[in-house]
Amino acid sequence: MLRKNLCAALIALTGGLMLGGCGKEEPAEYLTVFNYGEYMDPEVIDQFTEETGIGIKYEEALTPEELYAKYSSGAISYDLVCSADYMIQRLIQEGEAQKVDFSSMKYADNIGDRFWQFSKAFDPDNEYALPYFYGTIGILYDTTKVDGPVDSWSVLFDGSYKNDIIMQNSQRDTFMITLKYLGYSLNTSDENELREAQQLLIRQKPDVQAYLVDEARDEVVAGNAAMAVVYSGEAYLGHEYNEDLAYVVPKEGSNVWIDSWIVTKNCKNPEAAAKFLDFLCREDVAEKNFEYIYYSTPNEAVVENMDEELRNDPAITPTEEDLAKCEVCTQADEEIARLYNELWKELKAD
Amino acid sequence: MKRKYLATPYIIWVVGFTLLPLITIGISAFTRDNGTFTWSNILAISEPINRQALFFSLAIALGCTLICILLAYPAALFLKSFRFKRKGFTIFLLVLPMWMNFILRILAWQMILSKNGILNFLLGKLGIAPLSISNTWGALMIGMVYDFLPYMILPVFNAISDIDEDTIEAARDLGAGSMAVFRKIIFPLSMPGMLSGVVMVFVPAMTSFVIADILGGGKVQLIGNIIEQEFMKSMDWHLGAGLSISLMLLVLISLAFTMQNDMEDRGTTIW
Repeated sequence: MLRKNLCAALIALTGGLMLGGCGKEEPAEYLTVFNYGEYMDPEVIDQFTEETGIGIKYEEALTPEELYAKYSSGAISYDLVCSADYMIQRLIQEGEAQKVDFSSMKYADNIGDRFWQFSKAFDPDNEYALPYFYGTIGILYDTTKVDGPVDSWSVLFDGSYKNDIIMQNSQRDTFMITLKYLGYSLNTSDENELREAQQLLIRQKPDVQAYLVDEARDEVVAGNAAMAVVYSGEAYLGHEYNEDLAYVVPKEGSNVWIDSWIVTKNCKNPEAAAKFLDFLCREDVAEKNFEYIYYSTPNEAVVENMDEELRNDPAITPTEEDLAKCEVCTQADEEIARLYNELWKELKAD
Repeated sequence: MKRKYLATPYIIWVVGFTLLPLITIGISAFTRDNGTFTWSNILAISEPINRQALFFSLAIALGCTLICILLAYPAALFLKSFRFKRKGFTIFLLVLPMWMNFILRILAWQMILSKNGILNFLLGKLGIAPLSISNTWGALMIGMVYDFLPYMILPVFNAISDIDEDTIEAARDLGAGSMAVFRKIIFPLSMPGMLSGVVMVFVPAMTSFVIADILGGGKVQLIGNIIEQEFMKSMDWHLGAGLSISLMLLVLISLAFTMQNDMEDRGTTIW
């Protein structure tokens, strides 16, 4: 779910170099952590080593797919992995995760109960995955370019914003919107529902200015489009650039995504791994990470102490109501994945 | 001169980065997930959606190549007319953009062509209604021509520079006008250069997908986009490899036709 630019990767790299440079005392034990680049404050890593004497080797990937490919190549033995919900689901299903006793952790309670509930979509008994950051998908729009309030996915489909709409260039995200708009589950495996969604997307295509991923936000910031479908983290940044922008999770509901941690089955030091996860849940650490990343944090202790402005920003802190309408996206089985692929190609060919 | 060991780096390179990948792709293309042999991945190119994407790619690549040829000749003739020093500098200017990553340059075009972009800003200053070129086939074509044009100008220019001035003067002496000189002397003699230009423009244009994604706004689906999707999104490496092999064969066949009449010419072509 995390899409970071090259710049971010470079900063992370520099962070990694700095980390390598300051080895005063060689730690006796190490944990190899696999995460996205720029998805953890480098200070936090230092702090962990200082406090516990356990060294961290931080490995990075850009996308869940890349992470999976690197992980399964087996070149490096990772102890902890953080990735998107559907990828964590895949790893759990493939038996790559080992159980973690979250109840024995001191700070795991900081993670709000609803996030443990969301996690059940891919970790039914909350045995493996620890929520790290989360977010929603919604509409980022320019308040000066729309008439009336935007609160429904219908604005994307009713033809009133011709050539002013940016959609996500990603199969599941784009279908998710349409399925939700039609009142179906975003994890549906009903071919008819998916085809109905595709028909709607085909009809919408002439109104769509572009299908983009990373640039979706920028196009609205630059005033090239009135609205775009974006991830909530992007929406927050968009608002920083341009005050006229607003973000909404439409009333029909949306996708809530959760990036989570698992301890791998190869981890030889589960105690140290659990210590690290507990550390990440500690309020001051979670706050540092939040202020570094500005995605929604499931850590309620952090949310309580947040500035009012951030706490009321729907891109940073989705309301209880918004979240209640959202679903976690689970990995589609092979047949459905193939159908998605076909429907997507047909949409693009139209 | 039996210094064959000098070729070692080259051989390692070719084996590691051309042969091995090709073999891997070949194996993927002819197998299913369970490892059994199949033609279906290769034949998938004939499915309507893939065929359509292939047709678009072909049309775009041909169009792009043609426009590049049309632009390259005047440019090359213009360059040739320069005196020596300035010529070097002008060619330098031509090559300079190629030192920058092409994705950055394509992103720049996105900025230029977008709705509130630089082009429409300038048009607005001149009192002309804004154009909506961004995210269309037109934008895609502009980006491709921009990106590949130097690869056409350079070989054409080299070939034209190689033409003996005496040949041209002789033609003039015998009463040929400028058009006749171009048609009967310059064009035929620069053919090998143009053909290498065609290879360097047509092949990447045919297989590109990034430009289509960025400037076509994700609304244009070329065969390269489909292959990318098979590899990256649906993780069907067998189908992706099969389509790549079919595409490779098609490109080879079309190049074989183009190059047929070039075999006996001087070695200015790249193959």
